[in-house]
Amino acid sequence: MSTLAQEFSKGLLKENPTFRLLLGMCPTLAITTSAFFGFGMGVSVFFVLLCSNIVISVIRNFVPDKVRMPAYILVIATFVTITDMVLNAFVPELHKALGIFIPLIVVNCIIMGRAEAFARKNNVIRSILDALGMGVGVTMSLTLVGIIRELFGAGSIFGYNIMGTAFEPMGVLATPPGAFITLGILLGLFNYAFKRLGIE
Amino acid sequence: MHLLAIIFVAILSNNIVLSQFLGICPYLGVTKRIDTSVGMGMAVIFVMTMAAIVTWVLDLFLLQPFGLEFLRTIAFILVIAGLVQLVEMILKKTNPALFRALGIYLPLITTNCTILGVALLNVQSGHNIIETVVYSIATGIGFTLAMVIMAGIRERLELVNMSNYLKGAAVTLVSAGILSLAFMGFKGMVTL
Repeated sequence: MSTLAQEFSKGLLKENPTFRLLLGMCPTLAITTSAFFGFGMGVSVFFVLLCSNIVISVIRNFVPDKVRMPAYILVIATFVTITDMVLNAFVPELHKALGIFIPLIVVNCIIMGRAEAFARKNNVIRSILDALGMGVGVTMSLTLVGIIRELFGAGSIFGYNIMGTAFEPMGVLATPPGAFITLGILLGLFNYAFKRLGIE
Repeated sequence: MHLLAIIFVAILSNNIVLSQFLGICPYLGVTKRIDTSVGMGMAVIFVMTMAAIVTWVLDLFLLQPFGLEFLRTIAFILVIAGLVQLVEMILKKTNPALFRALGIYLPLITTNCTILGVALLNVQSGHNIIETVVYSIATGIGFTLAMVIMAGIRERLELVNMSNYLKGAAVTLVSAGILSLAFMGFKGMVTL
């Protein structure tokens, strides 16, 4: 049995959902045109993951095994709907930019994956720590991809100009091909870094 | 003409994988060989069209009259999950050959974001039933096209001598980027 600290920290690097487990790739590619959008998406996934992990962990002893999938989907979809409404009410520009990818958090493999692999077998405290670690891991990864694409694609980070006026933005990084290529190269770099650090 | 434009946009200039980033998981997972990617593509076309029709009807006759649009996400995902189960059972009984060909891909499809994505896009962009069917089939064909091209590329990549760190998902994503760059050439040829 791993310690509580390990339950939290595994999501940050060792089992990072984006770079190690390759889960939830669609939003990672689609909405990371700027650091703010990446961060916003990360926080939304974080919220849904945390709430659904708590609820699924609480109901894990009552739900029959055969109908657990529909039950989990229902729980997750409820929190996604809440997120959708909250974003629409308080940060409409983010809601508009994330668009279809907010309802699609329902089918984000990270959340279903944690429900199936962790929350249904562990108590609430462990599930919360697991969700916190994974959520921070996702948010960091999405923000990182967003920062890189925004920095080289527009010369700024979180809207603040970094590169100065002489910098010629690499427009391709803001387009779909740029997303694929940035993430591909980042994955390669992370594989190399993890190998050197001795994390398998 | 309008329907032709929808087909062109859905398959080429606004490809569901390469420019809308839906269905990346099967795109990275099931494109190791051409025949499996064709099987997955066919299963997606089939389920996507069925799901789009059912959710469109559900939205028009149940959600809109009662002002329940905010329940779309929940209602659609449940309908899709049920539908996939139903399709699986019906295919098993009536068409075992097709079931053997598509069977293993069907459970994967419930969590394939293209299905829910297309169902939501159809309703959000106000398509009528004919446009819904045409758009769904064309999007499925676009998905299959992207899958098959990528499977062809990956079969070649297997034989290439390259760094271990780039093997697998990393090099697939970079190739997808170059493929997506090629598909960007269709942008602006037809506007809806």
